Amino acid sequence: MLNKLVLENLKHRPVRTALSILAIGVEVTMMLTVVGLSEGMLEDSARRARGAGADIWVRPPGSAVIGLSSAPMPEKILEFFRKQPHVVIATGSVAHPIGGVNTVTGLDFEEFSRMCGGFKFLEGGPFQGPDDIIVDERYARQENIRVGQTIRIMNRDWYVRGVVEPGKLARLIVPLRTLQELTGNTGKLTQAYLKLDDPANTQKVIDSLKAQLKDYQIYSIEEFTSLFSVSNVPGLRAFIHVIIGLSVVVGFLVVFLSLYTAVLERTREVGILKSLGASPAYILNILLRETALLTLAGSLLGIVLSFGTRWAVMTFIPASLTQKTVPEWWPIATGIALAGALIGAAYPGWKAARQDAIEALAYE
Amino acid sequence: MSEASTIIRIRDLKKVYHVGEVDVPALRGVNLDVERGEFLAVVGPSGSGKSTLFHIIGGLTPPTSGSVVVNGRDVARMSDAERTEMRKREVGFVFQKYNLLPTLTAYDNIAIARHIARGSPELDGDFRQILELLGIAHRLHHKPSALSGGEQQRVAIARALVNHPAILLADEPTGNLDSRNSEAVLTLLRDLNKRLGQTILMITHNPEAAAYADRIVHMRDGRIVEFDNLDQT
Ligand SMILES: Nc1ncnc2c1ncn2[C@@H]1O[C@H](COP(=O)(O)OP(=O)(O)OP(=O)(O)O)[C@@H](O)[C@H]1O
Ligand SMILES: [Mg+2]
Repeated sequence: MLNKLVLENLKHRPVRTALSILAIGVEVTMMLTVVGLSEGMLEDSARRARGAGADIWVRPPGSAVIGLSSAPMPEKILEFFRKQPHVVIATGSVAHPIGGVNTVTGLDFEEFSRMCGGFKFLEGGPFQGPDDIIVDERYARQENIRVGQTIRIMNRDWYVRGVVEPGKLARLIVPLRTLQELTGNTGKLTQAYLKLDDPANTQKVIDSLKAQLKDYQIYSIEEFTSLFSVSNVPGLRAFIHVIIGLSVVVGFLVVFLSLYTAVLERTREVGILKSLGASPAYILNILLRETALLTLAGSLLGIVLSFGTRWAVMTFIPASLTQKTVPEWWPIATGIALAGALIGAAYPGWKAARQDAIEALAYE
Repeated sequence: MSEASTIIRIRDLKKVYHVGEVDVPALRGVNLDVERGEFLAVVGPSGSGKSTLFHIIGGLTPPTSGSVVVNGRDVARMSDAERTEMRKREVGFVFQKYNLLPTLTAYDNIAIARHIARGSPELDGDFRQILELLGIAHRLHHKPSALSGGEQQRVAIARALVNHPAILLADEPTGNLDSRNSEAVLTLLRDLNKRLGQTILMITHNPEAAAYADRIVHMRDGRIVEFDNLDQT
């Protein structure tokens, strides 16, 4: 019976109902999108790290896992690695950020290809000169780049030599030497990769390296990729919380306003219900159900919309952003939206529940 | 008049409304007894306190002083929650403006009164009989906006009776109706009173309407000024 009244009330003001649902939908989408982007990008980074094919990652002392490393290690260290038992390939890279979330990576193309099992070229081929650049398919799609084109990155023209399938460490690859010189890192590396004869030897090799290289950060690929989590990115968790907080405030305000006007508009109805013996709890119950229904409908819409934002991200900026579908967050986002909405419903609900019956009946 | 058959006993009832700094005395000492099964009309000039009296009998607002014993219990001593309980079953209100919920059908307007009183969702035989009497059975699935004033008021009467209240309080039930519909509603109230023994209190400005009642009381300045017995002055 109550649900019928709630439903009829919502149907009675279709525009207000639709706008409330839309606002809650946007709220839920915001949450799902920011979480989906964070997790999606971390996962994508981890996937590309795995795609390098290395069993062990070595980073110089004092560098952050995610972010920029400004403390390079000497290139000669590769010789040392190659002499270690079980190490089959040792190669290194230099990375340089180019704004946004993208970096240019300088690689020894030959050696890196051997380690990662070879790049798959969709167009073009390997480097032929020092000013060549190879980009992955997502970057090419986003920036509308084709082989043979010249693109300007780091205040310098690069000749696009090839477009490769994504998933192998970097999106933009240039020759190691060129990037070393450009960034004043001649003879230096920011990261080194080791491939072993058998991954089963990983721990053994790590232990031995750690004993010899004090302060160096030495990770198995499992350890390294497990570092790609929200809590390991400085400020990311706080950022997510801020966005969620803002969306909750939006949801709260919308529900507050929508219910507040509804309560004013239904003053007389509240009086009628009270004259029939409805208690304040009964009145509150109606409004809370209305709120819950709006929020559930809004959350459903928000979930649908989050597929829309994902589609937009993957279509228009696939190289910059990766959004993951996060079903485990659907109930969480719904719960958060519901909590915000119920708080928004509290004052209008209280006002209606306390409304004097006689005054309400006299209300025009 | 035996004690047992008195359903309403009001003694020295006073009600003062506080409007800002000003005290508005709406009732200044009302004494009234109503017998079970009686059909009583309350007449009097505007502002004489008729509606206020009904609101107190029906538990919508507490009295300032005095005693108002309805069906054996003193409304003056009830808490808000007790008065809410009382409104569920002891009284049924009918208003001049029908006061149906606009978003629900006529049937659901009646059903929600039953739901509030936690009655069974099934309408019982007695109530079916009332619906027959009201002659609105075929209009129940319309919303109020699709019903005429007379039909809306009959739905409102059905809603007021669905929980079998001891007392029906009708505040100018024909005030918004044309003479034909007024007559129908008044005849209906009299039938409910005569056939089912429903106790009815009705406020009216119209002497013809008052004539349908067994007894008429006059109010003036918050007091009952005279009692009539069918013979009108
Ligand atoms: N909620 C209220 N707050 C303040 N004053 C009120 C309130 N309700 C009624 N009054 C005052 O109490 C007095 C009696 O009002 P009441 O509505 O009982 O009169 P009435 O006899 O029903 O009049 P009418 O025939 O116009 O309906 C009036 O002076 C009115 O202004
Ligand atoms: Mg009145």
